Order: sequence, then C-alpha cells, then structure tokens
Amino acid sequence: MDRKEYDQLADELKPAGHKIKNAFYAFLYGGVIGIIAQGVLEFFMNFYDISQEEATPMMIITLVLASCLLTGLGIYDKLAQRAGAGTFIPITGFANSMTSSALDCKSEGLVMGIGSNMFKLGGTVITYGIVSSALLGVIRYVITLFG
Amino acid sequence: MNYIMAFLFSGLICLIAQLIYDHSHFTPGHITSMFVVLGSFLDLFHIYDHLIEIFHAGALIPITSFGHSLMHGAMAATKEYGIFGIAMGMFDLTAAGITAAILFGFLVAILFKPRS
Amino acid sequence: MSLRFLGNSLKINHVYIKSSGTVCGPLEHQGPLGACFDKSIQDYHYGEKSFEKAERKMLRDALDICLKREHLKYKDIDLYLGSDLMNQITTVHYLARELPRPFIGVYGACSGFALSMATAALFIEAGFMEKVVTMVSSHNATAERQYRYPVEYGAQKRETTTFTATGAVSTLLSSQPQPVRVEALTLGRVIDYSQNDVNDMGRAMAPAAFDTLMNHFQDLKRSFHDYDLVVTGDLSMYGHQILKEMLLRHKVDVVHYNDCGCMLYDLSSQEVFQGGSGCACSALVTMGSLYPQLREKKMKRILVVATGALLSPMMTSQKESIPCVAHAISLEAVE
Repeated sequence: MDRKEYDQLADELKPAGHKIKNAFYAFLYGGVIGIIAQGVLEFFMNFYDISQEEATPMMIITLVLASCLLTGLGIYDKLAQRAGAGTFIPITGFANSMTSSALDCKSEGLVMGIGSNMFKLGGTVITYGIVSSALLGVIRYVITLFG
Repeated sequence: MNYIMAFLFSGLICLIAQLIYDHSHFTPGHITSMFVVLGSFLDLFHIYDHLIEIFHAGALIPITSFGHSLMHGAMAATKEYGIFGIAMGMFDLTAAGITAAILFGFLVAILFKPRS
Repeated sequence: MSLRFLGNSLKINHVYIKSSGTVCGPLEHQGPLGACFDKSIQDYHYGEKSFEKAERKMLRDALDICLKREHLKYKDIDLYLGSDLMNQITTVHYLARELPRPFIGVYGACSGFALSMATAALFIEAGFMEKVVTMVSSHNATAERQYRYPVEYGAQKRETTTFTATGAVSTLLSSQPQPVRVEALTLGRVIDYSQNDVNDMGRAMAPAAFDTLMNHFQDLKRSFHDYDLVVTGDLSMYGHQILKEMLLRHKVDVVHYNDCGCMLYDLSSQEVFQGGSGCACSALVTMGSLYPQLREKKMKRILVVATGALLSPMMTSQKESIPCVAHAISLEAVE
C-alpha cells in the first residue's frame, strides 16, 4: 500500500469531529466572558465614576487575576476542553498560557523553571504584537510625515 | 444592550478562531498570534476604536484588543516624540494586562501545584 | 549472516515469565481492567515534588512487587532493561542508580515494553543470562509536559488525540521453566508514511504495526488463527480501525484482534479521546490482564504488537514527519 492510498484510507476512517458543537461552545463561552468583562467594566466605571477608557485596565487586571486563579485551581484547562477558542482567544487565555507555563516548570526552580519558562507559550503573542505594531507604526508614521 | 453587544462580538471572534482551529493544524499559539497582528492592523483609520465604542467589553476582551492597544499606544506617542514614540509608547496601554499576568502568574505558580 | 533469525523473527525456546509487578494510575484503576493491577496510585504526584519523581517512585514499586513475589533481592538479577518516554529515558536511568547490577536502557517510545521484553529474551535464549528484569513506565503528566503543553494549559484536544496511560510494569524473565513463556519475537523496522500530525499517533503508527504483523506472519508462516488474541499496543480506536482495514485490503483474515489502548479504558464513559497510549498501555494490559489468563490456561497463545511513534517535538517543529516502529512478542501457555 503506497502513501497516497494510505492517506485515502485513513481519511475515510477518520472519526467525525464535533465541529458544529465546538463552534457553538466557542461562541457561547467567548460571549459569556464578554458579558463578564462588560459587568466588571461597568462596575468600575460606576464605582470610581470614571470613563470606559480609564476603567479598561482595571477590568483587564480583574479578569487576568480570575484566569490565573482558575488555572491554579485546575479548572481553566477543563473549561478549555469544551470551550476551545472561547477560552484561548480572550485575554484570559493569555493569562492562562503564562500561568500554566510557570506552574508547570515550578519543579525546575525559581529561575530556570518559573522565570525562564513563563513566556514559553504566551511570548509569541507579545512578540508578534510588537513586531507587527512597530512595522505598521513606522509605515503609518512615514505616511503622516508626507501626508 | 451593552451586555448583548459584548456577548455577540466576543462570541463571534471566538467562533471565527474556533473555525480556523477546527479546519487547520494551527495550534492556539498560531491563532492568537494571527489575531494580535489583525488587531494591530485594525487600529488603522481607528476601526478598532469604533468597534470598542459599539461593542464595549466585547471588543476589549479578545486578544485582538491587545494588538490594537500596542499599536494605539505607539501611534499616540509618535505625536510627541516622533519615530522614537513607537518604542516609547508601545506598552502604554497594555502595561496593566502584562504586569498583571506576570505578577499573578508568578504568585499562582508559587502558591499552587500543577494538577492533571 | 543470521543463523537463527527467520527474516525479522525468531522462535524462542527457553525464556519464561517468572513474575511481574504492575502499578497503575487513577484513570486506569477506574477502567475495565482496574482490578487486574497489583497496585494503583490515586494522585498523579504520589507524594513526590514533581511528576517525574512520581513516575520513578511508581516504577520502583512495580519492581519491588515483581521481585518480592519470588523473594528475590536487587542483586539476584543478572541484568536490568528499562524503557520509558522521557528524554534520556530519565525515569529508568535515574532508578537504575539504585540497582547493583548492569543496566541497559532501550528507547522505543510506546513500543518500549515489547522491545525490552524482546531484548531480554534474546539475552536469556542465547544463554548469557539467567534472570533478566524489564521495566517500563509512562506518566500522563510527564508525557504531556514533554510532548505537548503544560498540564494546566487550556488547549482543546483534537478528536484524534490519545491519552498517555499512567503506570509502571516490571517483568522478570528467566530460563527456568514456568507456566508462561516467550515463544517468538519479531523486531520491527522503522516505518514512516509521511504523517505529520502529532495529535494523531494512531494514524502515524498503523503502517508500522502492519509491517511488523505481516513480517511476523510471513517469517513464521502463521496467521491470526494461530493466536487466541492479537493485540496492538496503542493504536487507539482510530488507528486500530485503519490497521484492520489495511489487513482486509491485503486479504488477511482478521480474527481475535484488539488494541490495548481500547482495552485499558472504557472509551464511552472515560475522557480519553481515542484511547490509551504510552509504554504503560501495552505493558499494563499484557502483564495485568493477558498474562494471568495465559497462566490459568484460559488462552493458549497471544501476540503483542507494541507500537511506538519515535517523534521528537523538535523535529516535528522542523516539519519532519513521524518515524514509527512496532515490535512483536508472542506469549504462550506451557503445556
């Protein structure tokens, strides 16, 4: 049996995924996190009597804290198995990637473990966020100079 | 109304990401990176600012907002410091999120132990 | 030139299974074979500071149970062989520090059980050694850490994923007659069918199992009908269906065939996706459930084809496909 034939055979037998169910749960969980974020945001806006822009960092800090705690308690990965992108796309997913990497390498010590591994998974978001923003930023700045 | 808007937009972004995840071999790392780049791109012509005005927390919570905030901070600083502003203002708006993630991540790592 | 090997296979005459020790994890204990194992651990940490140390402690328990049954001490054994999934086969090497006799570490990923048993059988059959102990272990959390993501990371597992079994198995092979013997073995070739998906081990490994099975049958002029049971190591639900279909297309009559990954867990109620994998998967099923059945003469002869995906996460990131291997051992109840 050659490789092409094998791939055909294997594709035929491939277990049906739960794509519709996955999409539904991603939407649901992602949406619910959006609602929670909105609630926290409005709470801070009313509590300190500030604008949405000023309350945003407070909301993000609160959600990050919640995500870190849920990761430590071993709940976040169980939610994520059902929610999929619903839990890795919100900022809570970023906090989960940092916390889980740190927690996982705890056994290798404070520096070689937690310190150097914290950004193992979350680092890519920061790297590409900065690289793309810097590149686009330079282009936009040059255009404004001439524009 | 704000809540419904937040639900719909945040859910929709996650839905798109899930569809990419299910129809490709990309890992969550690939997809979050793509969405961050998309977010920083959408700062162009203040598109993302409009989205935040309409959807509030729904647009603030997905990782796309992180890319937007990086870009937004950088561009705001160029007004004062020129080209150097890109580096100087990059973290202006995202500092809180990153600091919180590092700090709480560290504390949780110290206090808890991994389960399975 | 090979003197006694027939192709890739060898018939063995004087190698017997004298004793075994099996330790399983919590999910394996809840599974359908839970009652078969000598000991189970309820916590993945097992009182240790890291998962790696827990795995080693589990393996030491399995070794102690195995030797205690025959009232043997560490120094009474001629040679130790060991295999696990970690880099530098950490678990067995670090345990071997405590052993006063020579040690050989073998690596065959999830095929480690059959590979170490086959190697041990060769030493005994050749008349070099009398008592050889093989040790294999795998641990869900250590394997997740090394091959996939941190255990608490929220990545949704794909539907083709397998679940690394937690367990440790130690087997004592000897040249003195016992109720069950190693009757034949087939060493596997490394097969690569250009499969890249690290979340789909069953699909990657099925061709290797197919190759070893076909070689075994051809070399020894046998078929499925010569065995009461043929098990593959950890092809999982999906992989074992592929193998079945491959065999059928080659006009092989498939009877009494199952997969250890599907036997170790209850796939309908336990959250293990396509089934179990890891060194411990085939070892636990074989030594925990099948070996006692052979000893009680409920079965006459079985074939264990342990499959292994020899991937390295580094090479996978460099877009290399996954090399796979399968080794087979045949166990027989002595008349």
